[in-house]
Parts: sequence; C-alpha cells; structure tokens
Amino acid sequence: MSVTGGPLLQVRGLSKHFGRILAVDDVAFDLWPGEVLAIVGESGSGKSTLLSLLAGRLAPDRGAVLYRAKDRGVEDVVTMDEPRRRVLARTEWGFVHQSPRDGLRLKVSAGANVGERLMAVGHRHYGNIRERALDWMTRVEIAADRIDDLPATFSGGMQQRLQIARNLVTEPRLVYMDEPTGGLDVSVQARLLDLLRGLVTELSLAVVIVTHDLAVARLLAHRMMVMQRGRVVELGLTDQVLDDPQAPYSQLLVSSILQG
Amino acid sequence: MLRVTGLDKTFTLHLQGGRTIPVFHQAGFAVRAGECVVLAGASGVGKSTLLRLVYGNYKAAAGEVWVRHRDAEVDLVTADPRTVFAVRRETMGYVSQFLRCLPRVPAVDVVAEPLLALGVARDEARVRARVLLQRLRIPSSHLDLAPATFSGGEQQRVNIARGFAHPYPLLLLDEPTASLDAANRATVVELIQEAKARGAALLGIFHDADVRDRVADRFVDVEAMRAAA
Repeated sequence: MSVTGGPLLQVRGLSKHFGRILAVDDVAFDLWPGEVLAIVGESGSGKSTLLSLLAGRLAPDRGAVLYRAKDRGVEDVVTMDEPRRRVLARTEWGFVHQSPRDGLRLKVSAGANVGERLMAVGHRHYGNIRERALDWMTRVEIAADRIDDLPATFSGGMQQRLQIARNLVTEPRLVYMDEPTGGLDVSVQARLLDLLRGLVTELSLAVVIVTHDLAVARLLAHRMMVMQRGRVVELGLTDQVLDDPQAPYSQLLVSSILQG
Repeated sequence: MLRVTGLDKTFTLHLQGGRTIPVFHQAGFAVRAGECVVLAGASGVGKSTLLRLVYGNYKAAAGEVWVRHRDAEVDLVTADPRTVFAVRRETMGYVSQFLRCLPRVPAVDVVAEPLLALGVARDEARVRARVLLQRLRIPSSHLDLAPATFSGGEQQRVNIARGFAHPYPLLLLDEPTASLDAANRATVVELIQEAKARGAALLGIFHDADVRDRVADRFVDVEAMRAAA
C-alpha cells in the first residue's frame, strides 16, 4: 500500500433524493490506494446509487467526491466537466457491472473488447494492442484461441472475466464493482474471487465493491460499510463488522447468514 | 511487545431487546519479546474474546492495546484502519481455531498468501509454504489441493502453517493444538519454541495441559479481569 500522497478518494456529505425517497443520505469515507471497501446492505439500501454517484454517472443533490488524479492533484468528480470525467472513466477508473452484458460490447470479438480500451487511451499499434489483449485474456484465464470469438459465445463466468480484463488492461487505479459475482455459479464465483484478490494485491488497486454477499465481502474487502435506507449505519474493519457488529441493523444482517 | 491497559468490553444484543453482557472491566496485561503468555481460566470465561480484542476483530469499548510496530508503539484501539492492516501484515499474526479461506485455492497458496502480501516473490513464498506444510505432515499429494476437503486436523495444520509462515514479532494463538495428534502437537511446540528463541512474543490459549506446560512462561488469569455481571 502506498503511503504517499494521501487518500485516493475522499467522499464528503454525499446525498441523493429520488422524489421523496432519500436514496443516499450524508455518506462520507476515505479510500486509500490498494484498499478494498465493500458496501453491503439489503436491496434498496442505496448501495448501487452510491456507486453511481462515486463514479460520476449520477449527480448528487449535495456533497463532494474528491479524487486524487495521477499527476493532477485532487479533483471533485461532482463538479468536473463531462469530457474530463470520460477521460478518467477510461484511464484511471474501471467499472465492473453485475451483468457482463452491460460492460461488454457483444457484437465485437473478445480481443477487440479488451483492445478497445487501449485504443481509447491512444494506443495505435495493432500488434501491440493484440498482444496486450491476449496477455490480459490469459491472466483472467480465457484460452488464447478464443480471442476472435464473440463474447456472446462465452459462458457467464467467462464473460465476467472478460469484463474484468477489459477494465484492467489500462491499469486503472480505482475500480468500482457492482455485484461482480452476483449471477455466477458458486464454483465460478470462487475462482473469480481468487482472481480478483490476486489482481488487487498485484496492482495495488483501490476497489469499491457493492455486494449483498457477506462471504464475498469477508474474503475480498479490508473494510466494510453497512447501509440501511441510504445511511451508513456502520463502517469498520471487515472482520470487526462481521465478528462483532455494533449497529442493530448490522447485527441483524450478520445473524441472518446461513452457516455453510 | 504487547501492552493492554484498562480494556472494557460489553456486548449489546440489539436483536434481544438491547440486552447487555458485560465481559471485561479494566483488563490489563503485557507480553514481552521472547516469552509465551498463556491465557488461563475456565471455558466460557472469555479467553478467545480477549484474544480477538487484541487482534481487533472485536471492538473494545474503552482501553488501549499497544503493540510495538516498526520501532514505535501503536494503540490498535484508536489507530486508523490502514495502520491496523500494516500491523496485521507485518507485526501481529493470528492463528484462529478454524481455517477460513477461499474455496479452490491450493493449501500451498493459502499458506504463501501472507508472504505475498509482504512482497515476497511467489516462487520463494511457495517454497517456504511447502517446507512448513511438510514439517506439519501434510502429505505432498495434498499441497496443491484446496483445504476444503481436508480433515479437521489437516485444516488446522494449514492454519498453523499460515500463521508461522512469516516470522511475526507478535503471534496470537487460539487453541492451535486442539485437534492434533501427539506428533503434530510436538511440532507445534517446536515452532512455538523456535519463535520464542528468535524473540517473538506469543499470547495463546491451550487446553492441552501438556502443551501448555511446555510452552508457557507465564499465565494471565482471565477470570480476574471479568466485569461484574
């Protein structure tokens, strides 16, 4: 974990209404390089809305999302202009959707899905792009001879790994993940978690991961944020929140897990 | 190496009408480098709770847990999360009663993982993991299999190897020999004695009287730290 330069992300007083519903209510936290933060809570607790606000895909009513950009210092995602946000979204950030279909282009080959992000950041040499796409496909355990196949011919687990390769090929510093293991078989899930864990350590990635699966949070996250009706009811070390939850709602959530 | 002072712990059970269970009041003790301190007391007195309060997966209501980390003392109760992670990565190891790890990850990688987090090269980390697992009599044929299918005793030995892979200056042990046979108990006693010899501080719970007598330098009476119910 790098200690220079301060937090990568500083979130302050973030709030968002939908009509009369307060979807995200006064959320604040810091995220450091190399740190994985899990956001947990039941459906409708505001987890995915919060993720969209952090990534600048949705504008908040109030609050700041201060991102420490490479070589540029701290910028507020909330007030930055759209072109700048797009540049960050394809260079320094990644966004892994629950459904790979939302994060992949299904009509172009697997290799092009990965290579496209490289072209978007200015790579032009076809041979190099193909080579790096191939390298990343291997790293996420997709056979090299599938490079020219369409993602539609892949299984759900392979598609999800391809989406991860597409996001990581430009070596982002911050990756948002919305239930990345959600729709997968348990056996595929385990392999994906192992892969993610290795990549987080190796690349010193900062990750904000939304999940309803507390076992995923335990295995992947350093810290955990428990949300209920848009509010953060508890934020702490993952094992502390799971082993000794303090807030009434965290206790309910933890006590509801089936023991496997 | 470890200094605990004025530690209070009360569990509040919100799902049971906010019932409170006071556990510790003003708990305090210290562990020096090179010694093994054993937490003593009857079952249910709170020995594992005390160990978890030190590690930080249980949250103290008051008090301090000072650990010597990178030539300075850090209070884990008030330290920021990043400092706690650095202490856990470099300074303080914890062998829990049960192995908890990713399914489908081979035993050798489960043990090598804390080394990788410290920046040890993968090949070297795996070699060190293999040596330790073989010393704890995990059959060679099992090293590349995931521990989920192992027996309870084998899983516990993988857990011990994981705890001893990096020479932590402070090691917390929660009944590391509970489900082991005599030969493996003896190996764990050896590992503990080697750790003491290199100057590590150890804090442990041992139900096995024979193991306890062979490793303990001092006992801490956990009963005496209990809060009045």
